[in-house]
Amino acid sequence: MENTKTMEPILAVRDLKVSFTTPDGDVNAVKGISLDVRPGETLAVVGESGSGKSQTMMGIMGLLASNGRVTGSARYRGQEMVGLPPKALNEIRGAKITMIFQEPMTSLDPLYPIGKQIAEVIVHHRGGSQREARPRVLELLKLVGIPDPERRIDSYPHEMSGGQRQRVMIAMALANEPDILIADEPTTALDVTIQAQILKLLRDLQKRFDMAIVLITHDLGIVRHFAERVVVMRRGEVVEQGATAEIFENPKADYTRMLIEAEPHGRKVAPADNAPIILEGRNVVVDYKIDGGFLKKRANTFRAVDNVSISLHEGQTIGIVGESGSGKSTLGRALLRLIASKGAYRFGKTDISELDRAGMRPLRRSMQVVFQDPYGSLSPRQTVGEIITEGLYVHEPQLSRAERDKRAIEALKEVGLDPSARNRYPHEFSGGQRQRIAIARAMILKPQAVILDEPTSALDRSVQGQVIELLRDLQSRHGLSYVFISHDLSVVRAMSDYVVVMKDGRIVEEGPTDAIFNAPKADYTRTLIGAAYNIGP
Amino acid sequence: MTDALLSAVPEVKGRSLFQLAVMRFRRNRPAMAGAVMLVLIACLSFFGPFFISHSYDQVFSSYVTIPPSLEPRPGEDTLEEAMKGVATRARVELQSFSVEGETFTAVITAKDPIDPRATRYFDRANEFDKTEVAATEDEGRKLTLKGVVDREYFLFGTDTNGRDLMARVMLGGQISIAVGLLASLVSLGIGVTYGAISGYMGGRVDNVMMRFVEILYSLPFVFLVVVLVVFFGRSFILIFLVIGAVEWLDMARIVRGQTLSLKRREFIGAAEALGLTDWQIIRRHVIPNTIGPVVIFVTVIVPKVILLESFLSFLGLGVQAPLTSWGSLIAEGANNIQSAPWLLIFPAIFFVVTLFSLNFVGDGLRDAFDPKDR
Repeated sequence: MENTKTMEPILAVRDLKVSFTTPDGDVNAVKGISLDVRPGETLAVVGESGSGKSQTMMGIMGLLASNGRVTGSARYRGQEMVGLPPKALNEIRGAKITMIFQEPMTSLDPLYPIGKQIAEVIVHHRGGSQREARPRVLELLKLVGIPDPERRIDSYPHEMSGGQRQRVMIAMALANEPDILIADEPTTALDVTIQAQILKLLRDLQKRFDMAIVLITHDLGIVRHFAERVVVMRRGEVVEQGATAEIFENPKADYTRMLIEAEPHGRKVAPADNAPIILEGRNVVVDYKIDGGFLKKRANTFRAVDNVSISLHEGQTIGIVGESGSGKSTLGRALLRLIASKGAYRFGKTDISELDRAGMRPLRRSMQVVFQDPYGSLSPRQTVGEIITEGLYVHEPQLSRAERDKRAIEALKEVGLDPSARNRYPHEFSGGQRQRIAIARAMILKPQAVILDEPTSALDRSVQGQVIELLRDLQSRHGLSYVFISHDLSVVRAMSDYVVVMKDGRIVEEGPTDAIFNAPKADYTRTLIGAAYNIGP
Repeated sequence: MTDALLSAVPEVKGRSLFQLAVMRFRRNRPAMAGAVMLVLIACLSFFGPFFISHSYDQVFSSYVTIPPSLEPRPGEDTLEEAMKGVATRARVELQSFSVEGETFTAVITAKDPIDPRATRYFDRANEFDKTEVAATEDEGRKLTLKGVVDREYFLFGTDTNGRDLMARVMLGGQISIAVGLLASLVSLGIGVTYGAISGYMGGRVDNVMMRFVEILYSLPFVFLVVVLVVFFGRSFILIFLVIGAVEWLDMARIVRGQTLSLKRREFIGAAEALGLTDWQIIRRHVIPNTIGPVVIFVTVIVPKVILLESFLSFLGLGVQAPLTSWGSLIAEGANNIQSAPWLLIFPAIFFVVTLFSLNFVGDGLRDAFDPKDR
């Protein structure tokens, strides 16, 4: 590592600024940053959303949105890239500097087989025909670890999983043996086990081709295990940069320290063993019909949750962990009786298995839900006040407008928001504030059980910590019971006293949190824990 | 971070998406120009008739198919001719005749003293009124008469029946705008409700409801109109009911599509978890969130409806004479394009300007509601 420091940088960025022209005036996304990329190193650019980390790289590559402007300097091996006409820029980008993006689902063209898409990159930069490029494409697919490449070369993107698509994207990026690979949140959309595989692949390829990787991420766990040098960005400026170990052990800037400490910590104490059961589902089975169409009578079914039993005690937090498609969210909705499902359900002492929607309505106030997406879970056309008092409108229709307003103020104070927020609209708030609004909406009804469906997954780490604090605080104040659904093991560990690990609609393992994390029995649980990058050394 | 507490500004009023859209719309010059133009045309159509003296069904038999002119009718030379005719009928001789503004002065002579009642002859003519004897000379053999000239302004000319085209264009505007708005509202009401219900309920209900829409789509429009006319008789209300009943199909499809994507949004899930009924969710969450595309689509429907109405009038199923609309005025004008081009030009100008303005406004609204700009 030491010797790379003395080497000449292959990409030198100096005082780079990116700004966007919007109807409400200019927005400066990047306010003059400088950084160097040295040959063969892994440089991590870390920052929370809105820090300008992606826009910096997009600016260098000339990929900004049409209202974006870039000034300053970015030299690749001495050649200025800023202000270069697209044609000249194409000599470098796609050949010498390549990019992979976050969304493997959308960055491949669904109309062409993947082999063709990779071959196109080769043909474009080196000439020749698609046929001549084919052996090279096969080689690349083998290289990125696609099984059975002779067959998969003619597959369409929809026939592949997310992880495989990301591998295809990497193959495309490697096609012309670049010097620098810019990976913009390459694993954020992937499950943890896949994430580990992709990162390992990137590291192997880096060694083999001796290329530099610029890793843009918000995940400090990945940075710690993957990068040699770190650049910490905040609000378009570089806060701190240096060697990874140095930054993590001895952070100089307050912001860096805050980011490192934002890792969720603390443990939840389990309630007494004899605490009564508040919400229970026995032998839950959920089948999804795969639409058969109007005339097709026989529709296929997909079993999302297969014979799962779960019982939530008063004051308990059950963490449900699993990767995408494990049926954890579906289970949450089934427990709330929001979707059609089989099984025996109980709320307190009431049997709710046979209740229809109207029958469930009076109970709804006692069992609430908070969703993942703070942008999608609030209706954009209602004020915050209208959103959080909506439950009162259903369950306490006798309240006057003034009384409802009073309750809204109380609820907002309880989640740590200014009461004046109730006259404003959701789009005026940040992600964390919106999630607080969503929590206020659930809490105003004074529920007993709350299903938290990935409530922190869409938030930045530092905000995540605050939301977790808030949820814990509310739990101890009101004696709430939570079902906490998440794919993020560190958050589940901090929040819950009992953990259920799910895979393919079944429970793989369950038990008290410490038992699961310290002595996992099932292989899958071990893989899951092993794949999670912790921020600690 | 700065997330914990909002700065304690007391009682801030937030700006809703709608208010933001209005702000963006006001910054859009062509759209604002279109909106101003629409208001002007609407004012002219609805308040204009109070400021002109002719009503839309008044027939001026002496002025059939006269071209538009800023000069009053009749002209000075024709007035003198008319005066001579009157003088001959009254058996007097016209010595001099002059017109100043709205009054005329005529000096008449005769061999015998003239009976002052001869002024009645002058009043009887279309062009003159309130004739009085101003001076008597020569023992009644020479009279100076003063009176009012009844002159008409036809700025837009007259049609083949001698009716003032300006009054007709204003009336046509009233009817076209009313039909355009009301029929659009009918289609809006039916389409939004139907589409939202169909999209939200989904499954079999959706299937049945959308197949019904497709059946209606396949019915020929004219046939449908004839059937409705036979059932309900012919009336003004019927026109926009009929048009609305046809136009809601597109609206229903658009709203259904919107609803399908809204249904997957988490706030709908949250509303279900709060225990809202289906109808409450549709009313409080689904419909308000479809407003953007719906408003834009309305600006497309209004000109479409105006055109449809003119088509119906052309078939004789729309408004009946002496009522009229821009559509039927244009149809009439097209028949006389060689002999009286102004019959086509004036209604067409108003019609085209209205359609252009509506399109600009529609474009502006689309930009204003564009979610990408948020």
